[in-house]
Amino acid sequence: MIAVIALAVCLGAIVWIARGSMGDNLVYYWSPADLEAQGERAFGTPVRLGGQIEPGSIDWRPETQDLYFVVTDGGAKVKVHSKGTPPQMFSEAQGVVVEGTIDAGGVFESTNLMVKHGNEYRAPAPGEEPQQVYRSLVQEDGP
Amino acid sequence: MNGPIGAGAVHAALACAAFGAVCGFVGGRRRSMDAWRLARGATYASFAAMSLAILTMVRALLTHDFSVWYVSRVGSLETPPFYTVISLWSSLEGSILLWGWILTVYAAALAFVYRRRHADYMPYTLGVLLSVSAFFTWLIAGPADPFEPVFPVPSNGPGPNPLLQNHPLMALHPPMLYAGYVGMAVPFAIASGALLRGRIGTAWLRPLRLWALIPWTFLTVGIVAGGWWSYEVLGWGGYWAWDPVENASFLPWLSATAFIHSLMVQERRGILKTWSLSLLMVTFLLTILGTFMTRSGVFNSVHSFSQSSIGPIFLAFLGVALFWCAGLLATRSELIASDGALPGPASREGAFLLNNVVFLAFTLTVLLGTVYPLLAEAIRGVRVSVGLPYFNRMGVPLGLAVLSLMGVGPALPWGRSDAARIRAQLLWPGLFGIAVACGCVAFGVVQPLPLLTFGLAGFVTFVTLREFWVPTRSRMSSSGAGALESLFHVVSRARRRYGGYVVHLGVVAMIVAITASWNYKLKVEATLDRGGSFRIGDYDVTFRDVRPVEESHRFSVVATLDVARDGEPVAVLQPRSNHYKIMGQFQREPIGTPAVHSTAAGDVYLTLLAFEKDGSQATIQGLWQPLVPWIWWSAGLMVLGSFVAMWPERRRRGRARGGVDGEAHAPRAEPAPPPGQAGAAAAEAAR
Repeated sequence: MIAVIALAVCLGAIVWIARGSMGDNLVYYWSPADLEAQGERAFGTPVRLGGQIEPGSIDWRPETQDLYFVVTDGGAKVKVHSKGTPPQMFSEAQGVVVEGTIDAGGVFESTNLMVKHGNEYRAPAPGEEPQQVYRSLVQEDGP
Repeated sequence: MNGPIGAGAVHAALACAAFGAVCGFVGGRRRSMDAWRLARGATYASFAAMSLAILTMVRALLTHDFSVWYVSRVGSLETPPFYTVISLWSSLEGSILLWGWILTVYAAALAFVYRRRHADYMPYTLGVLLSVSAFFTWLIAGPADPFEPVFPVPSNGPGPNPLLQNHPLMALHPPMLYAGYVGMAVPFAIASGALLRGRIGTAWLRPLRLWALIPWTFLTVGIVAGGWWSYEVLGWGGYWAWDPVENASFLPWLSATAFIHSLMVQERRGILKTWSLSLLMVTFLLTILGTFMTRSGVFNSVHSFSQSSIGPIFLAFLGVALFWCAGLLATRSELIASDGALPGPASREGAFLLNNVVFLAFTLTVLLGTVYPLLAEAIRGVRVSVGLPYFNRMGVPLGLAVLSLMGVGPALPWGRSDAARIRAQLLWPGLFGIAVACGCVAFGVVQPLPLLTFGLAGFVTFVTLREFWVPTRSRMSSSGAGALESLFHVVSRARRRYGGYVVHLGVVAMIVAITASWNYKLKVEATLDRGGSFRIGDYDVTFRDVRPVEESHRFSVVATLDVARDGEPVAVLQPRSNHYKIMGQFQREPIGTPAVHSTAAGDVYLTLLAFEKDGSQATIQGLWQPLVPWIWWSAGLMVLGSFVAMWPERRRRGRARGGVDGEAHAPRAEPAPPPGQAGAAAAEAAR
């Protein structure tokens, strides 16, 4: 009986610790509008932010490896900064998911940048086929 | 024709499993040999029918029979035959089919192996196993029917998920994982059978242990192969991300490991019985929960769960299983009362119990982190995920506790012991561990956690090797035999214990490799012109060119890089970026394949991030991943250890019954009755 109580206490303690350390590490799935609605409370909270890249907002500085762009859900806009080369398919109006936190300056510091792969298959528009996109590569090095 | 044949076979298997289950229960209850024979026959028939079903599916896939629903979902004319065959488990219905088939393989194996032995409770066991089997076969026959006819018949299909046709490890990882997952039903059924039978001695503990070790080994291989696949395919340079699907496979592994340890105490001391059985039941429930979590789409969103017909069914099955387990433990509690008490914390038994608590705490932690997002969305309507830091913060101390116990446990004697003896046992290993830590400092390791890990690893290795060395040396001096021969003799006399130690060494190697690869990884990202190079660790990486390659099922952009060490070329690596063909057209988003140069010290790991469309430039990410290959190798050591532990002990059978038991620590071997005797006894009991 004592063993059972001791065990229950042990496991209860584990749950307590786990719950506590989970609190700091919850990542919220927010859209730019959700982020805006949170206001100052959002500062420093780990967030997974999903939306579209605003056309014309991509600013890539290869010499410092800094990448700036704006994520939008149509209404709200969030400026994102990320470090490192953007993925191959990173382009305007593409869906993206960025993980990170928003700082007091209102810039979202991304630690992880993912181009959203569409769940549904979408046929490539004319000229979008990879062979055509990379035609120069194909032509130069032969078939 | 494939559709009707497959569906017919599944229905036949369902009928056989259901009939066999009834026969099993009747045979167990009435002690009827006829019913037991019928149950075994039904098991074989069910296995044969499921084999026919799965072969039919393979044939349908290979012949691109798009009139079969599953083939129309995952097949395509362009996919190479190898990936066509393994696309059998690339989607829900196919993997449930594999699940069901593996379960019938286990059931048939069990029926065959114990056709003449353990006949008092085996009918019940088979009854329970066939009930589970009937449930899964019913899923295949109805809610998750892969053989459903498609009309009009499409001319081509989308092919399997591109990620799943990107690496041959996909041929190994899912079947191993399923074999482990499904196999946990077998010890569950053995325990259920023995409890249902009522009068239980200790005879059933041997099959229980064997049939827990088999799926445990498969599960170990499956989990590590999954990490390896992720490392070789996903290109982020890691092998474990605490993803819900990974956690689902890790959870039953943790609780099964706890069970295997507590069972040893039960066998030897007759204590912790209820505890062991609870762990076993928890393991089985976790496999069902894991299958539910990974197969119902619940992790995309709680809301997509309601769209899947299979989710609620699994939840109902989980409820039934939970009720069954609780009921069995409650109503049979007098059978599993302890024969004694724990001798105290500073004993082998105490260490085992502590090990169990740590493993259970680990299980609970991972479970909480895994299901929390589901609960949060269901109850509060917020979508969250539990971040990696949670798992790392909780997992690291628990992992270190496991590591310490692997050293302390084997060093402690069974039963009561005095402090002086314990101190003498722990002195040298402790000193060795400190020496290892000091050596690491000399090599520049200064962070406290890696130092602690490496020091503890030294401590555990010393204790474990001493367990091999001391008896080997005394054997050498008593018999005059050579070292290897003596070692073989010592190990073969106590295979289970030494098998366990080999597994421990594998775990130590794995923990060391994981610690090193986490803390000492190097990362370089560079945009290179042709002929340009960067340096990572001791290696120079030079960009040669980037060119396209077209295959029937994909279009790839391949970068070629020369890897040199001290000016000597050591490898040519080709990281690539693949566009898979779906319905005759190439997908837009590429899937990268990293390229790896593996050495014993670590891996050079290159990923193609971006390239200029004229081929003049490429952006390459280079990682130096210290000791990562040891993770895969140590899994091999763990498998070897389990084989040593599982190897049937033939020599004993030939000797006099209950003859000299070579191993001081092992319980007395159960004498195997000669063929027919058990059957005759059961038949007598039936009268």
